[in-house]
Amino acid sequence: MTSVANHPILKTNHLLGIESLSVAEAVALLDLGESYVAQSRASDKKAAVLKGRTLINLFFEASTRTQSSFELAAKRLGADVLNMSVKASSVSKGETLIDTASTLNAMRPDILVVRHPDSGAAELLSRKLDCSVINAGDGAHEHPTQALLDALTIRRRLGRIEGLMVAICGDILHSRVARSNIRLLAMLGARVRLIAPKTLLPAEAERFGVEIFTDMKQGLEGADIVMMLRLQLERMTGAFVPSSREYFRFYGLDREKLAFAKPGALVMHPGPMNRGVEISSDIADDLEVSVIAEQVEMGVAIRMAVLDALARGMT
Amino acid sequence: MSPHGRQGRIAFRNARLIDPASGLDVKGGLLVENGKIADIGPRLFNDAEPRDREVIDCRGLVLAPGLIDCRVFTGEPGSEHRETLASASEAAAAGGVTTIVTMPNTNPVIDEPSLVDFIRRRAQATAKVRVAPMAALTRGLKGEVMTEIGLLKEAGAIAFTDGDRSIANARVMRRVLSYAATFDALAVGHAEDPELVEGAAITESEFATRLGLPAAPALAEAIMVERDIRLVELTGARYHFGQISTRAALEAITAAKARGLPITCGVAAHHLLLNELDVGAYYTYRKVKPPLRSEADRAAIVEGVASGAIDVIVSSHEPQGADTKRQTFASAAFGAVGLETLLPAALNLYHDGHASLPHMLAALTTAPARILGLNGGTLAKGAAADLVLIDPDHPFVLEEKMLHSRARNTAFEGRKFQGWAVMTFVDGERVFTRS
Repeated sequence: MTSVANHPILKTNHLLGIESLSVAEAVALLDLGESYVAQSRASDKKAAVLKGRTLINLFFEASTRTQSSFELAAKRLGADVLNMSVKASSVSKGETLIDTASTLNAMRPDILVVRHPDSGAAELLSRKLDCSVINAGDGAHEHPTQALLDALTIRRRLGRIEGLMVAICGDILHSRVARSNIRLLAMLGARVRLIAPKTLLPAEAERFGVEIFTDMKQGLEGADIVMMLRLQLERMTGAFVPSSREYFRFYGLDREKLAFAKPGALVMHPGPMNRGVEISSDIADDLEVSVIAEQVEMGVAIRMAVLDALARGMT
Repeated sequence: MSPHGRQGRIAFRNARLIDPASGLDVKGGLLVENGKIADIGPRLFNDAEPRDREVIDCRGLVLAPGLIDCRVFTGEPGSEHRETLASASEAAAAGGVTTIVTMPNTNPVIDEPSLVDFIRRRAQATAKVRVAPMAALTRGLKGEVMTEIGLLKEAGAIAFTDGDRSIANARVMRRVLSYAATFDALAVGHAEDPELVEGAAITESEFATRLGLPAAPALAEAIMVERDIRLVELTGARYHFGQISTRAALEAITAAKARGLPITCGVAAHHLLLNELDVGAYYTYRKVKPPLRSEADRAAIVEGVASGAIDVIVSSHEPQGADTKRQTFASAAFGAVGLETLLPAALNLYHDGHASLPHMLAALTTAPARILGLNGGTLAKGAAADLVLIDPDHPFVLEEKMLHSRARNTAFEGRKFQGWAVMTFVDGERVFTRS
């Protein structure tokens, strides 16, 4: 099925962040993901790469989208999937993350997919568990599969990543999606710009080799890709941004601002969207410019690729 | 009188023209046409008697850009019995002030774009001088939640301040300054540690102890100045200390400026002329915020004005009525009116030999225009004809009944001054003539 031979792709048996990936590993994952797009579009979507394997989805933060994407990817590769609801588990009864890890370890899973509000949680679990760990988002640190699926979406649409100008707009400060994307896009040769009010820019952001803009129109000038980030509701009530109406006025993507980007620029969003806050509905729903639905499809494909790559390292 | 004089043309002759913006200080004439300065120069009107226009013989008096007062509290909206924009503008015109910068400490607080619009419309309809509104930095001036600085700026707010309140929470202040920097908005701070000055009526000193009044140490100012300087360094915000009153604060600001930080500061006229002892026998009209300071601090800030370390002089005009001032000292409200004594107070420093007349006028015209990004403060050709004709030497004793503002709570009752405004023009239209 796959065009890429069944040779090892990853040097480690975890995917904790883009930071620990090499360019070759990232490109190999994208290539493999490409092949799984075709498989996902076929009537028989099943493969046996993970036959007999167990994957546990351990989500300490609710995320229907990411969790179901991993579940579908695993099932298409033949794995058994267990979704652990944290609310119903002993974690909410005060168990430490390390205790949870050893409990899970005793169940002998092959792959653990973890989402946690604290940065470094996936790293901690990877040191305590015998199985492969995939970081599905830890605090404001990394969300590697999101960055990979974004890169795959861009590459399929524009044929390349190198030399493209990508503008990432919004709450950079709290965003793991932004951090993973900055790393991956820079690795793959894109020019990255960050656009945000100063309250939503992390300290020393310019040290990441990006250009920084507080004026969205200036920042969008010449952009091939406009990547919008979600602004959490609780961050628009005065601590970081005074109101959602002011945010939309200066940082919400509408036709007027989008006109400053390159003609034909693509709009991306990791979801879920706040319509009328960071993006206007007519752009979100315009299939000429918005690739938001495609990102979801690429999400399943790239997660199949990641699972496949990790399985190749298993004995 | 027609809106712009006779056919909108006024010829000023025999004036001492002082334009701090260009350094001009020369005898000559100035021509106003259609509300703008059409010509200026030492030889203007030398050859021919100007015709078809109103001619004003200045008899050697000083013709300068109209004053810009960066710190004016009014009672509109909410306390119109103390002062309206119209009554404040009367006082301003009589004081040679052609632009008043209003503080957002009204009821309701100016923290909404629609309220900025309200102030601008009311001013247009009722005020004789220009009104440039500041908006609040935090909602309701509570020091908790930042305002919509971007939208407020678009609505016409020229700067952002919580008026006479400091933002106590350093995290809030950091984010507010960061956010202001995003829009290159000027933040104007009040420097008093709110916990230290809580309940205090006067500066802590032997004098305060004798009076038995609740007092706060003068360093409450420097503590806040030092903190805000650090936050400016962190955030890159443009920051103006609305009024400082102590040597320690001045030293900190001077050092910060030397480090290249985008910081400026002002001083209130009453802090230049009065010290803590002027509170005398519990004289509530001299209860101001921050309170009057020691003679050493007063002398230091006078020197700060003379050296240029202090950028602007403001009136800190704050109207209060009998209801709020006829009280015991501890219960009385803070504040003194000052629009009509701003120029005489500044001239006092000139007459005492601290600084030249152009230097003093710069702190009242060019410097505030530069800091606030206003077009005024200059006699340049093409500029709006916002002008003041000043008799710098005329002696008078200030009496409360001379004042034009609705509230009469001056801190300078009975004080001897030398020099005042005799005519004031906004857009070439005469808005005040001293009789």
